[in-house]
Amino acid sequence: MSFGQLPYDLAHLFGGAVLLLSFVLLYQRRISAVINAFATQGALLALAAAWQGYVQGAMGLYVTAAIAFGAKAVLIPLALHRLVRRFNLQRGVDPALGIGASMIAGVAFAGFALLVVLPATAGQRALAREDLALALSVVLLGGLMMITRRNLISQVIGLLSLENGLILAAVGVAGMPLVMELSTAALVLMLAVIAGVFALQMGESFQSLDTESLDTHRGEGE
Amino acid sequence: MSILTGLVTQLLHLALILALAPVLTGCVRWLKARLMGRRGPHPLQPWRDLLKLVKKRPVLAENASIISRAAPYVAVGVALLAAALVPSFARGMLLAPFADLLLIAGLLALGRFAMALAGMDVGTSFGGLGATREMAFAALAEPALVLAALIFAILAGTTHLDVIIGIFQEGALGLRVSLGFAAVALLAVAVAENARIPVDNPATHLELTMVHEAMILEASGRHLALWDFQASFRLTLWLALLAAVFLPFGMAAPGAGPVAWVLGLGVFIAKMAALAFALAVFESAIAKMRLFRVPEFLGAALLLGLLGAVFLFVSTGLS
Amino acid sequence: MMPLPWIMVFFPWVGSLVLLALPRLRVAAAVNIGCAAVSFGLALGLFTLPHGEQGWTRIDALNLPFVLLASFVALTTSIFSAATLAAEGFDHWRIRAYHGAFQVFLGAQYLALLSDNLGVLWVAIEIATLASVLMVAVHRTPAAMEAAWKFFILCGFGIALALFGTILLYSAAQTLLDAETGLSWVALKRVAAQCDADTLNLAFVFLLVGFGTKAGLVPLHSWLPDAHAEGPVTISAVLSGLLLNAAMLAILRAKAIVGAHPDTLSVGPLLMALGLASVLLAALALWRRRDARRFFGWSSIEHMGIAALAFGIGGAAATLAGLLHMIGHSLVKSAIFFGIGRAAQQKGSQKLADISGLVASDPSLGWGLALAIGAIAGLPPFLLFASEYAVLNAAMAAQPWLAVVLALGLVVAMTALIHTLQALCFGEATPDVAPGGSTLAVLVPLWLHLAVALLLGLAMPALFSSFLKAAAGMIG
Repeated sequence: MSFGQLPYDLAHLFGGAVLLLSFVLLYQRRISAVINAFATQGALLALAAAWQGYVQGAMGLYVTAAIAFGAKAVLIPLALHRLVRRFNLQRGVDPALGIGASMIAGVAFAGFALLVVLPATAGQRALAREDLALALSVVLLGGLMMITRRNLISQVIGLLSLENGLILAAVGVAGMPLVMELSTAALVLMLAVIAGVFALQMGESFQSLDTESLDTHRGEGE
Repeated sequence: MSILTGLVTQLLHLALILALAPVLTGCVRWLKARLMGRRGPHPLQPWRDLLKLVKKRPVLAENASIISRAAPYVAVGVALLAAALVPSFARGMLLAPFADLLLIAGLLALGRFAMALAGMDVGTSFGGLGATREMAFAALAEPALVLAALIFAILAGTTHLDVIIGIFQEGALGLRVSLGFAAVALLAVAVAENARIPVDNPATHLELTMVHEAMILEASGRHLALWDFQASFRLTLWLALLAAVFLPFGMAAPGAGPVAWVLGLGVFIAKMAALAFALAVFESAIAKMRLFRVPEFLGAALLLGLLGAVFLFVSTGLS
Repeated sequence: MMPLPWIMVFFPWVGSLVLLALPRLRVAAAVNIGCAAVSFGLALGLFTLPHGEQGWTRIDALNLPFVLLASFVALTTSIFSAATLAAEGFDHWRIRAYHGAFQVFLGAQYLALLSDNLGVLWVAIEIATLASVLMVAVHRTPAAMEAAWKFFILCGFGIALALFGTILLYSAAQTLLDAETGLSWVALKRVAAQCDADTLNLAFVFLLVGFGTKAGLVPLHSWLPDAHAEGPVTISAVLSGLLLNAAMLAILRAKAIVGAHPDTLSVGPLLMALGLASVLLAALALWRRRDARRFFGWSSIEHMGIAALAFGIGGAAATLAGLLHMIGHSLVKSAIFFGIGRAAQQKGSQKLADISGLVASDPSLGWGLALAIGAIAGLPPFLLFASEYAVLNAAMAAQPWLAVVLALGLVVAMTALIHTLQALCFGEATPDVAPGGSTLAVLVPLWLHLAVALLLGLAMPALFSSFLKAAAGMIG
C-alpha cells in the first residue's frame, strides 16, 4: 500500500489534523478558545469518519460521523459555552504545567506513541499502523490535558478529546463492527451529560469550577 | 544551450522580483485596508515612496559608525540574493545549483544580523529593544525552519530547493501528515520573519509593540528606502517559497521554452495574489499577540516541525 | 423467544425504568427487591441451559458462578438498602435516581459477565462505571463530589485505554475473522495462534492497564478508597462485590486470548507484579486509615491483588485459587459493608475512632461484623482462608521468594484487620446516635453471606467446584 494513493493519504491527513488540534487544545489560554478548538476537532473527526466510510464502503461509519459531528462539534461545545456564561467563569485556563512544558510533553507523548505502536504492529498494513499511532497520540494528549489542567471544563474536554482519539482508532480499523462505534458514540454523549451534571453541581456548591478546591477534600479529609 | 536558458530565466526572475516586491507589499496593504472598510493607499504607492526616498540624503546620528552606513546595503543584497534563489515561474535557473534551503536560511539570518546591528549601532533604547526582541524570536523561528527543511530532505533526499520542487511536482508523494505539520510550522515562521500580525504589527509606531520598526527607527532617505526594499524582498521570498513548495504546479521545467515560461508566470502571479489575499485576511482577522506569547507560538511551531520530522523518521525507518 | 441470558440483562434495565417513576421510598425499595429476586431466579435458571453462545452472549463455566454470585449479592444488597435507605434522608429525585442507577448497574454487570463480544463487554463495564459514579455522587457533599470526580476521571482514562486495547486486538485478528464474529471471545481465542504476536502483546498491556484501573490494581487504584468512602453504603457493597469481579474477569478473558498464542510474552509476571504491589501497598496503607469505609476499600485492593497474583502464577491450581478468592471476597466484603454501614448509622460517624464496642451495644450486629472481619483477614474456616492457603502453595511452588513476600503482606494486613476488629467490636461502647438494634433486614443479609462463605469454605458443593475447575482450565 504505497503512500501515493489519495484515499489513504486523505485518511492520514485527517488523522494528522485531529492530532494537530490536540496540540492546539494544549496551547490555548482562554476557555472559549479551548471549547472552539474542541468543536473543530469534533468536526474533523466527523470528516475522517465519513471519509473512512466512503473508502471502506461501510454505511455505518456515516452514522458514526453524523453522531460525532452532532455531539462533539455542535451540542457539547454549545452546552459548555452556556456553562461558562452561566457561572461567569474566569476566562483563563489555569494550567498546572506551563504551556511550553505541556507542548514539549505532548511531543514526547506523540513520539512515544509512535515508537510503541509502529514496531508492535509490524505485521499489518502501513496505513493501519500509522493511523493507530496517530490515534494513540491523540489519546495520550487528551490524557495529558486531563492531568495538566485544573479547570473542570478543561479536564472534561481532555477526556472527550481522548475519546476522539479512540473513535479515530475505531474508524481506521477496517471492518470494525457497527455496534462498537455506535455504542462508543452514545457513551460519549452519556459521559458528557454526566460531566455536565457534575459541573452544575460543583458550580453551585463551590462557586467555581477549579478542581483545586476539591483537593482539600481528598483522602482522609482533614 | 541550457546555460543560456538558465541565464535568461534568472535575469527575468530577478527583474520580476525587483518589480514585483514593492507591489506585493502595496497589494497586501491595500487588501487589508479594503477588508477593514477603508479605501487604502494605491497598490503602487510603495514604489512612489521608494522613489521619493531614494533621492534624499540619509541623515545619520553623530555617533553612527560604518555599520549604519553599510547595513542597509548588506541586508538588501542578501535579501535579493535569497529571493533570486527561490524559483518563481521556472526551475533550472542559472543560480539553481546554489539554491539550498539551508543556504537560504543562512542568508536570511545574515540579513537579520545586519538589521539588528544597525538597530543597536547608535545606542538608542528602541533600537536595542527591537534588536533583542527580533533575535529572541529568531532563536525559535530558525530551528523551526531547519526542521521543516529536514522534513523536506527526508522526503526528497536532498535540501536542494530545485530538486525538492521537482519531486513534489511529480506528485508521487501524495499528501502526507508530516508535510501538513511542516506547512503549519513554515507558516508560523513566515509570519514571524516578515514581522506580520500576530507577531509584529508592520504599521505600528508605538514603542511597546515595535519589533521590526524599532530597529530601523533611525533610518532615513536612501537607507530607509533600502530597508523597505529589503522587507519587500523578504515577503516576496517567503510567499514564493511557500508557493513553490506547497503549490508546485504550473512551474516550468528546466530547459522548457518561452511558452512554458509565460504559463509559469501567469500561474505564479495567480499564486502570489492568492497568498497575498490569504495573508491580508489572516492579518485582519486576528489581533496581535502579547509579546511573551510569541515564544510560545514559535515554540509550538518548532515542536510541530519536530513532531513531523519524528513521524517521518520513524515511519520511513520502519517501513 | 429471547434467550435467557438476554432476558437476564434486559430485565433489570426495564426495572430501572419503572423505578425512575417511583418517588416513594417504600414502594421503590420493594420493587427493587422484587427485581433483584427475579434476577436471582433467572440466574439459577441459567444453570439449566447448555453451555455455549447465544448471539452476543455466552454461558460457560467461567461466568455462571459469578453471575449467580452477582445476583445473590444484588438481592441481599437490595434488602439491606431497603432497611437503611430511610436514614439517608433522600428527596424523591434522589430516591428515583438511586434506585434507577442501582438496577442499571446490575443490568450492566450481568451484561459484562455474560457477554461474548469484547466490544459489548467494554460497553457494559463503562455503563456500570457511569451508574456507580452517579451513585457515589448522590450525597453532594464536597467530599462526595471529589470522590466521584476522581472516580470519573481515572476510570474514564482507564476505560479509554481498555478500548484501545480492544481495537488493537481486533486489528490483530482482523484478516482472520469476518464482521459477524468480529469481537467474539470464542472466535478470537480460536484464531489467536495465527495472529501477530507483537500486536497481541501490545493489546494485552492496554487491556491490563485499562481494566486493571477498574479492578483497583496498583498503581491505578487511587479512586477506589475514596469511592468506597462516599455515597450510600450499598454502593460500596456492589463496587467491591461486583464491579471489581467483572473487571478482573475481563482481564482473564484477555489473558486467555493472548495465552493461546505460543510466542506472546508471558503475561504472568505482569499480573504478578501488579498483584504483589497491590498487596504490599494495601497492607501498609491499612495501618494508617482513620475512616472505616476507606479502610475496607483498601482491603478490597489487597484482595484483588491476591487474586491477580494467583492468576499471574498461572496453572490450574493457582487460577482455581484466584477464582475462589474472588468469590469469597465478594461475599465477605459485602457482609462487612452491611455491618459497617449499619454501625455508622448507629454511631453517626464513619470514623474508626467513633465506632467501638459494637458487641456490647448491638450483639447480633457486633458478632456478625467481628466474624466478617475475621473472615476477610483470612482466618479459618471461611472460604478466604482456603483460597489464600492455596495461593500461598502455588506461589511456593512457582517462586519461593514470592511466597515469602506474599505471606509477609498477608500477615501485615491480617494484623491491621484484627486490630481494627478489636477496636470496632470490642472494648467500650461509644455513644449511639440512632440507638435501637438492627432489624432483621440488616442482619439476615450479613449472616447469610457469612453462612455461605463458611459453607463454601468447609464443604463446597461438587457442582460448584466442577464449574470452577473447568473455568480454570479454560483460562489456562
